[in-house]
Order: sequence, then C-alpha cells, then structure tokens
Amino acid sequence: MPQTLSEQILSNAAGRHVRAGDIVTARIDLAMVHDSIAPSVIRILHEELGAEHVWNAGRIAVAIDHVAPAATTQTAESQNRLRAWVRKEGIQHFFDAGRGIAHQVLIEEGLAQPGMLVVGSDSHSTAYGAVGAFGTGMGATDIALALATGQTWLRVPETIRVQARGRLRAGVTAKDVALRIARDLRADGATYQTIEYHGFDRFSLGERTTLTTMAIEVGGKAGVVPPTGLALADRSVPNWLRVEPGATYSRTLEIDLDELTPQIAEPNHVDNVVDLRDVGRVNVDVVYLGTCTNGRHEDLAAAARILQGRRIAPGVRMMVVPASSEALQLAVADGTISTLLAAGATLGTPGCGACIGRHMGVLAPGDVALFTGNRNFRGRMGHPDAQIYLGSPEVAAATAIAGYIADPREVVAVEPRAESSTVIPLMSS
Amino acid sequence: MARVWRFGEDVNTDQIVPGRFAPYVTSEAELRKYPFIEARPEFASSVVPGDIIVAGRNFGCGSSREYAPQALKLVGIGAIIAPSFARIFFRNGLNLGIPLFEADLQWLPDGAEVELNPEQAVLRFEDRSVQLPHPPAWMQAVWSAGGIVPYFREHGRFPGEAAQ
Ligand code: SF4
Repeated sequence: MPQTLSEQILSNAAGRHVRAGDIVTARIDLAMVHDSIAPSVIRILHEELGAEHVWNAGRIAVAIDHVAPAATTQTAESQNRLRAWVRKEGIQHFFDAGRGIAHQVLIEEGLAQPGMLVVGSDSHSTAYGAVGAFGTGMGATDIALALATGQTWLRVPETIRVQARGRLRAGVTAKDVALRIARDLRADGATYQTIEYHGFDRFSLGERTTLTTMAIEVGGKAGVVPPTGLALADRSVPNWLRVEPGATYSRTLEIDLDELTPQIAEPNHVDNVVDLRDVGRVNVDVVYLGTCTNGRHEDLAAAARILQGRRIAPGVRMMVVPASSEALQLAVADGTISTLLAAGATLGTPGCGACIGRHMGVLAPGDVALFTGNRNFRGRMGHPDAQIYLGSPEVAAATAIAGYIADPREVVAVEPRAESSTVIPLMSS
Repeated sequence: MARVWRFGEDVNTDQIVPGRFAPYVTSEAELRKYPFIEARPEFASSVVPGDIIVAGRNFGCGSSREYAPQALKLVGIGAIIAPSFARIFFRNGLNLGIPLFEADLQWLPDGAEVELNPEQAVLRFEDRSVQLPHPPAWMQAVWSAGGIVPYFREHGRFPGEAAQ
C-alpha cells in the first residue's frame, strides 16, 4: 500500500508498517525544548516522572528564544537554572539567547533532517517539515515523557494534499500561499491531520519554512514538504522517503500560484483572510518584521529591496527582529540591515521578540500592527485592544513606507524573490 | 449540579492564558488566577470545581502551552465539551486528566445548571438526558489514572500499545 510521507516517517519511527488512524509508540530523533516551557518540562521530568536524566543528551536541543535576552529578573533567573540543567545533563545542542528562534536554528544547524520525527515544546514545531521531517508540537508533559523515554505516542494522521501549480508573481510570496491555505482550509481544517505540500520544488528552504510554520494555524499535526528540489540538494534523504503515487489523501486543495495576489489576515483570526486589495485603508502604527515564519535573511532582504532609498512614514514604528544570528549576519554582510536602519527601522535581538507579547516591542491598546508572524489572536502581541494584521515581508515594507496597509506592487517596482526566479530547473519531483 | 460556561468557536490558548501571564513570566502559584483573564475576567473568581465549559468548534487552538489546560485544571473544571478540539489542546487536556467530550451542546445556555457523569458520558439538563460520545477505552484509562504521568508510571508504557 503506498504511503503518505507522514505514514512513511512514522512507520520508520515505530518500526512497523503503519497507516492513518493507527496509534503508535514512536522513537524520537530529536526533541526541542525552549526557555518558556523548559521549567515545567524539567519539573515534570524529574519530580513527577522521577527520571534521573534525559534519555539521550545528543538528541535534545535547548534554545533560549522566547524571552531573549531576559526581560525581568525572574526570566533571567529561570534562564540561569536552564543553563545549569543543560550543563548537568551534558546537552550540547544548546542555543543561548541571541542565537535565534529554535525552529530556524535547528534547521540551520542541520539537526532537523529529512525523514526524522522531531517533537518540540512549541506548536510551530511543524516548521521542521520544511526539510521533510515530521515535526510536531506538544505540551510540557508530552515533552517530559519524550525526554525521559526517547519515545512518544501518536495517532498516525490522515494527510491533506496541497497541490500548487504555476509560479508566484513578483510581490507575491510563500506567506501569501500560507495565508491562502488558511483562508481555504480554515483554522480547524487540518485538525488531527498532516498537510503535504506538492508543487513547491522551486521554493527555497526559507519559503518552505514559511509554509510549514503555518501548518499549525489550520490545526495541522505536521506539515511536510517533499524533500526534493534544489533547496534540499545538500541534505541526504533516506531512500524510503519519497512521494508515492496512489497514497491516500483525505482531500486535495489546489492553489494557482500564477493567480495569487497578496493576502492579509485581518484581526483576530488567522483564517480571517482577504485579498489585500479588499482591505481598504488601514493606517498602522507598527510594522513588525520577524518570527519563525518570516524573519529569515531572504525576508529581511526582500523588505530592504523595497525600502532601499526610502523612509518609513512619519509616525510608523518599524521593528526588525531576525529569526537567527545567521540571518542577522547575512543581513549585515550584504547591507540589508543598513538599508533597513537608514529607512528608519529598529533592530531587535534574534529570537521571538514581541511575537508572544512578552517583551521587545509589545503593543499598546489601540495600536494597529502589520505583522509578518503567524498569529493575530487578540492579545497575542501585548494588549488585547491592539489590532494585528498578518502579511508578507514585502507587504510589511510597502506598509511601512505608505503608513497604511499597502500592496508592494503599488508602492515600488518589485522584483520576484531571487530564490524563486534564479533557481535552475528542478532536480526531481 | 455544575454550572455551564459557554464559549464560542476557535477559542485559542492565548485567550485561555495570554502569553504575558505565563508561569515563566509570572509564577506557577498564580496560574489559577489567569484562565480567561482578558476574554472573560469574571471567570477565574466565579468558577467552582466541577463546572463545565461548553464551546464551539476548534477549542484550544493556537499555542502548545500546557499551562492553558493546566490553569483550567487548577480551578477544577469538570469537563470541556465542544464539537472539536485543537489537537495539542486535546492531548494536553488528556495528559492532565481533564475529561473532554466531542459533542455540540451549544444549545445549552450560559449559566445552565447540569449534571455530568463522565464515566457514563451522560449529561442531564432540566428533564433532558444527553448521551455524549464514549471516548475509546484507552483514553478513559488515562483519565481514570489521573493523567498520562500516573498512567505511565503505573503501566510503564504509552496508551494504545496494548490495543495493538
Ligand atoms: S517566533 Fe513566534 S511563533 Fe515562532 S516560535 Fe517564536 S513565539 Fe512561536
């Protein structure tokens, strides 16, 4: 029986042939814990489960990204306790404040690889699907059990296939695809299921990560991009992992990339998505460029190309928070950061920044923000009476210049992103 | 008798406990004060143990924060009933031993007085008796153990395996 990518990965992890609907105990290849949930995980691991040590210090990654650097003495103390625990357990894959958002860093460091089962104490662990892994988010208790045993239990999910055709036009991005998917599937459209993204071979690793971080926003347990195309050329793909014709999908959602236009999620739900041209005039106070969804070098560079030689509108505050120190270094090296600063933006430490409303640019009542992140829930970025609109980095840059939510194609002559225009024909698909 | 607290669709974990009130930035001891602190400020002070949440579909979507269901457990929520749950919330709730039922009871008014028998999966309201879907046996085993940690300590394995 042909299998979906999720069934293949979970068969490998369970050591037997599994199908959607099976409940399996699976071996974990990599477990991620971040600063925000680590105190609970460590307490449950040692106190409730009575485990003396983690099962395998080499297969655990710990990141301080949610409140990085520490915002209060309480978070500072908590982070020191985490550092001490990491040392005691001998965990080498430790990424301290400033290295960046765990999801981005684990992909950059090559820790997340095609075919792996990766669990993380964070709902956006679906990100790892960008490299063809099965990445899924869990709560503190599940992660503590994973750290104690190296295993977890899962219901093998059904799979929704997203089938793209054509190519994105200039000014339209992977973010618009992700928002379009949320618009079509709705916030619970993929609950208990996985999404497989077909027809994205041209997408860069970053663009794939934009898609997979947003799989959770439609309820997905995971979101997997088949590990083919140039972006994955330097990763070794296990020979059992490939798209099998005849695999069973619960439904197929077709997306015509040629026709897609910039999309905006209006407050307060991620699936409250409309074409940007139907948004009307929405003045903004804050433009926020960053997060695991859209804080990579290519996102910053795309915004900088639009902001080059221009100034952000008076009264607009633009925050740039790179997803990782690597993204920041690349953006420093090629002048992206100086372009953004010259335009009037400010720069934050690589990490989650104000994405969850704890520090570094939280919103006040009445603030209206154009945010390149993945959630616009009420209160997400600070005060519940702030309003969050989600859009792409290109839209963020155009909005910063205009002072209201704007289509990049109407503000400047935008070029397509290099990744999608210069990529040489596909290796295979 | 238990009071019904009605909520709408797509209740997300940022609404249940906003990130700014996470134990990491406040403290675990205070967590019981925060469920629905902004979405429904009177909830935490008026809820009594055994009360039931009845909501629309996709309850608990968004962040994986276990402190959201944990806060509901701390105030003693007796059960949550919704047509569907977000996956991570469902799992976290199950892990903590909170009975969750997939059913659409949105016809129940807010403040309704009901009686719930979680073992039988039966809810009584006025003269009506509603049969809720019976959760699979392995799920009930996790609830009756008091959550996944006691379950695991008792059985030395994850649920579902015995069923294979
Ligand atoms: S950037 Fe935002 S969405 Fe991504 S991991 Fe950090 S807090 Fe979560």
